[in-house]
Order: sequence, then C-alpha cells, then structure tokens
Amino acid sequence: MPAYSDKVMDHFMNPRNVGEIKDADGVGEVGNPVCGDMMTFYIKVKDNRLEDVKFQTFGCGAAVAVSSMTSEMAKGKTLEEAVKITPALVAKELEGLPKNKFHCSNLGAQALQEAIRDYAKKKGVKIEGLQEKGGEDEGEECEVC
Amino acid sequence: MGNDEKPERKVYLDNMATTPVLPDVLEAMLPYFRQVYGNPQSIHSWGDEAREAIEKAREQVAALIGGEAEEIIFTSSGTEANNLAIKGLAQGQITKGKHVIISAIEHFSVLHAARTLEKAGFEVTEVPVDKYGMVDPDEVASNIKKETVLVSVMHANGEVGTIEPIADIARKVKEAGVLFHTDAVASTGTIPVDVNKLGVDALSLAGNEFYGPKGSGALWVRKRVRLIPLMDGGVQEGGRRPGTENVPAIIGMGKAAELAVQDMTARNQRLSKLRDKLIKGLPAAVEHVLVTGHPTQRLPQNASFCIEFIEGEGMLLWLDREGIAVSSGSACTSKALKASHVLIAMGLPHEIAQGSLLFGLGIDHTEADVDYVLNKLPPIISRLRQMSPLYAKFMKEKR
Repeated sequence: MPAYSDKVMDHFMNPRNVGEIKDADGVGEVGNPVCGDMMTFYIKVKDNRLEDVKFQTFGCGAAVAVSSMTSEMAKGKTLEEAVKITPALVAKELEGLPKNKFHCSNLGAQALQEAIRDYAKKKGVKIEGLQEKGGEDEGEECEVC
Repeated sequence: MGNDEKPERKVYLDNMATTPVLPDVLEAMLPYFRQVYGNPQSIHSWGDEAREAIEKAREQVAALIGGEAEEIIFTSSGTEANNLAIKGLAQGQITKGKHVIISAIEHFSVLHAARTLEKAGFEVTEVPVDKYGMVDPDEVASNIKKETVLVSVMHANGEVGTIEPIADIARKVKEAGVLFHTDAVASTGTIPVDVNKLGVDALSLAGNEFYGPKGSGALWVRKRVRLIPLMDGGVQEGGRRPGTENVPAIIGMGKAAELAVQDMTARNQRLSKLRDKLIKGLPAAVEHVLVTGHPTQRLPQNASFCIEFIEGEGMLLWLDREGIAVSSGSACTSKALKASHVLIAMGLPHEIAQGSLLFGLGIDHTEADVDYVLNKLPPIISRLRQMSPLYAKFMKEKR
C-alpha cells in the first residue's frame, strides 16, 4: 500500500462532495484512462462565490482524496480565491502525498480551474488570476496518480 | 467500517506475489542457520554436512520437475533464474546467431533481460497473444529464422492464470533446432511440470511461489546445453552460478518441492474448486465484471478480473481495510505507473485494464474465505462506482 497520511485515507474513505451538479454553472474534466485518472468537477456559482462544488473521480486513493480536499477548500470561496488553490496547497492540507503520487494534486487544482474557466467562458467574465487554458498535453507519456 | 476497527477476518489472497513458508519448510531450514553453518565448498565435516544437505535439496527440486539433480542450478530468485536463462543461453549460442523470440506477456525478468540483449546487438521478436493471453505455437514457429538461438515462452502467466501450450510450442521450436526456455515460476508446485513431457531445454522456478522461502530459485538446464554465467566467481553450481550457496533457502526450497510433489493432486483439486467459486461468484454478484485469462487452461490458484468503471488501487485499499490482500495490474498500483503489459497485450482497453483485480488463492483457504470476499467486495465496487465519472457516463448513455 502507498504510505498515505491519515488525512488522505480519511478523504479517500469518506470523500466530501461526491456527485454531479445537474444544472452546474461550470464543468471541468481532466485526465484520461490511459494515465489511469479522470476527474470531473462541477461548480455552482452565486454572487461570484462557489456556492457548491461536486466531483466525480476515476483513480487511485490519492486521486479521490485530492478531489475531495480540493472541493472542500474551494467551497464558499470567491472565484478569485478559488483559482489560487494550488496543487501544493492541496497536498499540504492532505498532510502530504507519497512522492510518486504527488502529481495527483495537480489534477484536482486543474479540474477546478477547468470548471471555473468553463464558467467564465459561458458568462463572458474575466476572473483575476485565472490562467489561460493550461494546454496540458496528455499523450502516452503521463504522470499518473 | 471505521478506520480503527479490526477486520472480521484476515484473508491473504496475494499468493501469486508470494506464498507463506509452510511450517515443515521452516523446520527443515532452521538447523542450517545455527548448527549446520559450514560453507558447502569447505573440506571438513561442517562443509560436508551442508553440501550433502544441498545435494538432497537438488534431488527434491529435480523430482518436482522431472529433471536430473545435476541439471539444477540454484539461484536467488525466479528473476535471477530467468535472467540467467535469457542472457546466459542466448550468449552461449552467439556464434549461431543473435535472434531471440519471447512472448508479449512474459514477466519483466524475461522481458527486460531480452531488452538488455537488444542493447547488446541482439534482435528480439515479441509474439502476440490472443484475448485469453494464449500464445499460438504456429505464430512462434513462423518467427523462427536462421539466426534464432533462443525462444522463451512462460508456462503459465501469474497475472491472468493462462497456461500456455508449452509442449506444442517446444516441439515446433525443437524441430527448428532452436533452444527453448520456459518460465515456470507461476506454475511450478501447483500444476504438474515435467521438463521432458514439456520438451524444454531450460525451465525457471522460484521457491517462494510454492510455500518455500523468498530468496530461493532455480534454473533447470538440460545437460550439455551451453550457458554463460551472469557472474564470475568460484565453482559453486558447476561455476554457472558462483557465490556461497544460500543453504537455508535451498534446503527450504527442497522441502517445499517435496511437499508439493506429495500434495499436488489435493492442492490442485482444492484450489480449482475455490477458484471456480470466485470466478463464478463475482460476476454473478456484480455487473460489468470481466474474467481475464483463459476459461479452462488456467492455474488453479488464479482468479483474475477487470472491474469496469473503477480503478484497482481504490479497491485494494478498501479490501485491505476488510482484511483482504489482493493485487492489481492498474497503472496506479504499479511503481512504474503503467497498466499491466499483460492485459494490454490481450487487447483490453486501458480504462478496463485499470480495473484489474488479481486473486492468488492459497492452499489453506476455505469456502468461507471466498464467501467473505464475495460478501465484502460488491459494496466496495458499488461505492467506488458511485464516484466514477465513467460509470456516470455509462449510466446516462444506458438511459
């Protein structure tokens, strides 16, 4: 078994905010099955705040825990605050990730950003700190969770 | 269940990774640490006693595979035996040519040894397998050419349990006058293995796959076949594997071989019954579960599946909490972060291969152990599916 922290195990076994938001304001999908991890984030925005965040994840324990933690960190934040959630912050909140699972923390933040980008595009709004399309090129060479 | 609760039962179902050491095996080994500790090469009674013991073990191991004692080379593992076979046999024939044939589903110790040969100027052909992981003997034969010096196809695949038609392959390879090696690490000790009936020139085995200790392995090489050693050193194992013999491990492997010969039929019957219960039971309890490997030509201890829409590591973590140990060929569970090359070679799409789950049954298991798994696994699968985007997509499309 990978050496997961208690926090990771807790978020893996009792993930927060699992599911789909049917009338989501933004949806972000990252990963692919070749690499072994796929995440979909759904956001509901009200008054520029993330009123609700939900996710679906296909992947390892770390991928599930990262999704869960990212959703928890994002919920209630303004969009400007939410785009500042970095992989390193997620990993820190999870009390660390095993070395070869560190990449999982990228996926959570990426999926959230994608969902916010989707929202911004639909609404035609600009969000400070939101990067242009991250252009992650997922070929055969993947960093896997 | 909560994080700190003790599981109701402990079921170790990872016997393809390694088996535990049987009590009789341990008993046989113990004197060789503190009492009979001489170097088998030494010319005194301490050495004599150790030497006689390893020669007895050599006979026990030879009896398990139908070979002769003097054809056994003890190694440190199945991996070493495979390396010695691939590199040592190919290099031993180098004057005849530099082409080697292996199958696409070999263990890494064969696959990577062949890649090392490639770097040294050999040409390597990988023959494909069908959807059951079966190698076609004609496919092997059609790849043999003038320069071919070695063919290696595993006796059985540990990941999916498929037993290869080794006797047929060996016959065709021998007709072409080429050496044939088989990696029998996954099969030896569980199903009958006879080097003469199989018609092979070399065969690898590992003690820890049949209730012997880790650190024990052997390569059987037919008499008069030229083999270049991997290491240089002294005269141990006829100079083909120098280095002071790991006496306790060798004794343990010998005892384990003796017990395997004695109990082969009983083990086989018991394991097959439990395997069939698991192979029938899981797809009956859960939808969208594929059995991987061959339906009938299959190791009695192996039950392997792909659980659609979810990934293996999540299942392993949950099962471990329930006291159940299994393996997976998913990318996330591998240190190399790649889905099993065996499942991919069998033509399974990556997203299916990620849901791989491998059960290696043991000789002490009972029906109650299998029932426990069949009881604990379905809710884990359904829990993980509830959070899977692939499952959500599938259900939507279904509607």
